[in-house]
Amino acid sequence: MLHRCSDDDKEDQKGLSRRTFLITGVAAGGGLMLGVCFTRSRGAKAQTGEETFEPNAFVRIQPDGSITLVMPQVEMGQGTYTSMSMLIAEELEVELDEVGLEAAPPNDKLYKNPLIGFQVTGGSTSVPGFWEPLRRAGATARVMLIEAAASQWQVEPAACRAEKGEVVSPAGERLSYGALVGAAAKLSVPQNVTLKSPKDFTLIGTPAKRLDTPEKVDGKAKFGIDAMIPGMTFATVSACPVFGGKLKSVDDSKAMALKGVRQVVRLDDAVAVVGDHMWTAMQGLSALDIEWDKGPNADVTTESIVQQMARASEKEGALARSDGDFAKAIPNAAKKIDAVYEMPFLAHAAMEPMNCTVNVTKDSCDIWVGIQVATRAQTTAAEVTGLPPEKIRVHNYLLGGGFGRRLDVDGITQAVAIAKQVDGPVKVVWSREEDIQHDVYRPYYYDRFTAGLDAQNQLVAYHHRVTGSSILARWAPPAFVKGLDEDAVNGAAKEFPYAIPNILVDYVRDEPPGLTTGWWRGVGPTHNIFVVESFIDELAAATKTDPVAFRRSMLAEQPRVLGVLDLAAEKAGWGSPLPDGVGRGVSVQFAMGTYISQIAEVEVTKDGEVKVRRVVCAVDCGQIVNPDTIVAQIEGGIIFGISAVLWGEITIEGGRVEQTNFNDYRVLRINETPTIEVYLVKNEEAPGGIGEPGTVGIAPAVTNAIFATTGRRIRKLPIKSQFGPE
Amino acid sequence: MPTLTINGQEHELDVPDDMPLLWVLRDVVRLTGTKFGCGVALCGACTVHVDGRPIRSCIAPVSSVVGKKITTVEAIGDTPSGEKIQRAWLDIEVVQCGYCQSGQIMSAAALLESNPSPTDSEIDAAMSGNICRCGTYPRIRAAIKQASQSG
Repeated sequence: MLHRCSDDDKEDQKGLSRRTFLITGVAAGGGLMLGVCFTRSRGAKAQTGEETFEPNAFVRIQPDGSITLVMPQVEMGQGTYTSMSMLIAEELEVELDEVGLEAAPPNDKLYKNPLIGFQVTGGSTSVPGFWEPLRRAGATARVMLIEAAASQWQVEPAACRAEKGEVVSPAGERLSYGALVGAAAKLSVPQNVTLKSPKDFTLIGTPAKRLDTPEKVDGKAKFGIDAMIPGMTFATVSACPVFGGKLKSVDDSKAMALKGVRQVVRLDDAVAVVGDHMWTAMQGLSALDIEWDKGPNADVTTESIVQQMARASEKEGALARSDGDFAKAIPNAAKKIDAVYEMPFLAHAAMEPMNCTVNVTKDSCDIWVGIQVATRAQTTAAEVTGLPPEKIRVHNYLLGGGFGRRLDVDGITQAVAIAKQVDGPVKVVWSREEDIQHDVYRPYYYDRFTAGLDAQNQLVAYHHRVTGSSILARWAPPAFVKGLDEDAVNGAAKEFPYAIPNILVDYVRDEPPGLTTGWWRGVGPTHNIFVVESFIDELAAATKTDPVAFRRSMLAEQPRVLGVLDLAAEKAGWGSPLPDGVGRGVSVQFAMGTYISQIAEVEVTKDGEVKVRRVVCAVDCGQIVNPDTIVAQIEGGIIFGISAVLWGEITIEGGRVEQTNFNDYRVLRINETPTIEVYLVKNEEAPGGIGEPGTVGIAPAVTNAIFATTGRRIRKLPIKSQFGPE
Repeated sequence: MPTLTINGQEHELDVPDDMPLLWVLRDVVRLTGTKFGCGVALCGACTVHVDGRPIRSCIAPVSSVVGKKITTVEAIGDTPSGEKIQRAWLDIEVVQCGYCQSGQIMSAAALLESNPSPTDSEIDAAMSGNICRCGTYPRIRAAIKQASQSG
């Protein structure tokens, strides 16, 4: 949600507090203001004129003292709006509720994510990436305001201090930031400012109420799907259900006869119905008689994909890590253990179905959408419309869940193509069925392991070969180098925490025909930590060693991993008795800069029902910004992961996805939710990511617990395919 | 031309009788707090109250609610149970992305209205029709308990 600019501010002050977030969409009498807000140039230098102080692209202070953070990251539930505001407010020495927010316009130069290289919210990088830039932005503004005040008082800047939106002189005089705006804007921007020492933090590390919550409990919050543009129509769409197929013909006579249906739009691979509201569009779509040209993938099945992958996994892959000499060590091992693991395709199923509202005119294109990659939205719209990128305005809204889905702009590409054929603004909304059947899917992975133990049961040789689609090769081609996808091996190679003398990890790229694969919460580590932590558990069992003790024996050089493992074990009561049918399983991980250990207590009933009863999670994410958000993200990440480990599976038959809605793409409900306990380690290490890591290690904790109580090793997810009734 | 009473206001609407209430609320009356999630009553995002009882508006034809009192999340704070629930939601910091929360709050307010002191299993039974992909369930449970104990 965004702080609306210009005239709308008056309305804000009337009915709502200034702090209240307002969306850039259309409010009564409002109009779209995003473009207006960003007409001012933003350079490295302070801007003069209009009495606004803008020392950098992130901070703007006005004469009335109002402070705006131009927010580079989007809010999709992860608490970014609050944590980013805390970083600025800490250094600027203002209260958190003094910072208003405005979504950054698409601009990779000014608002690139330092860890990814362009404007993107993803990969659990918001706090790690903006930890320094946003504090520096706030500190720079503070130093300049102090300098402006000191010059007015004719004292040394070092003798003054900033406090609660004011500069205080040695004699105790005070000048508000608003009063200093004009003078500060005339100063040159210092290149090196000193950031506060963590011991002086007053906001960072303390619990802050989320800033986006009040409007999310009374229906006022605006998500992309809530955009309402005067004169708009509503459309829903059906893309060819078979991947890679095309539209052959469509008889729209019945649909066009329905009251309220206005238009049928034909694309190469899809057809959309435009109506007065979503209901008429839906009615119209089901009244169409569509003939598809199924194309080259009509015979693809999950089985054919896995067979292809299994064959591909037999050849050597691109080297991801090699320590010692696995090939030499393995023949000398006293005991050799092999295993194959498989993980399914997954859909995201964010609660807000895919949608995008677009207005294409002769010389402009406006897009109202919640998207994790604003500049890519602009680029695709420019390509589809033929307009230059600067004519494309992206109005970014709250996201009703991202989980990686909104890192792709396929829905925007399609919506713009539809809107090109429609007069006036049109809101394109996918049905849930369309959303599940035309996702970009978490890849299917096929993992081979070979391990060698010596006569003393020490792990001396270890080979892991990852086989699967490369998301990076499609999504960020320059990052795919020499056949290696660093994400596909993330958690298995460089971040693999265990000390083993001979390690070999390689990667084989194998693309499933037709399907597009994409980022899914936890990305590479969600896959690798499951297979690695399961296989390590297998080795513990093979050596008849306690799973915690076995891990500890290889973690002497990993104090932070050991720290979370010991904390989780202590809090979970590792080793204490459990009722019959209940087991405990453990996992450890280093992912997205954060160390986590999870211990799950899982019950397997006599008729094969699997219930996760309790999860204990110890988290060391370095410097904590907003502690309750960390706990919430871990809780939510665990629940997201439990849905996947128990039931999550997209299967393919006849080149199309078999699942349709929440009846056959089952997700966890409140009555199935375990007790979750989260324990945070406090230190001043660099902050790690937190949006995804909770999802990463829950699957192996659950399956290792199943092994502990049943003796059955789960090497293929989801669990539903291997235990009795669902 | 059905007339609906929504949040105490009468709306005369030119919509087909079989149009689900969800789309009337969102696309015609433009009350967008009620959300579309699945379209087939599997997720609960579209929950509203009809004469105080929670229903899934995505499958309720508009003809079925004529003459009844419809309450949406925009007005639930005006009821004692709704107000308590919203307060607890803020206090416990239930919300993440927030998309499902309108429906969660409507189901929770209805539960509290009919059962001022629900047990854990009564909470589970009343709330299991509402999906949250962000995984706010533990906090939903805690917030309902807190609301049930608040004055």
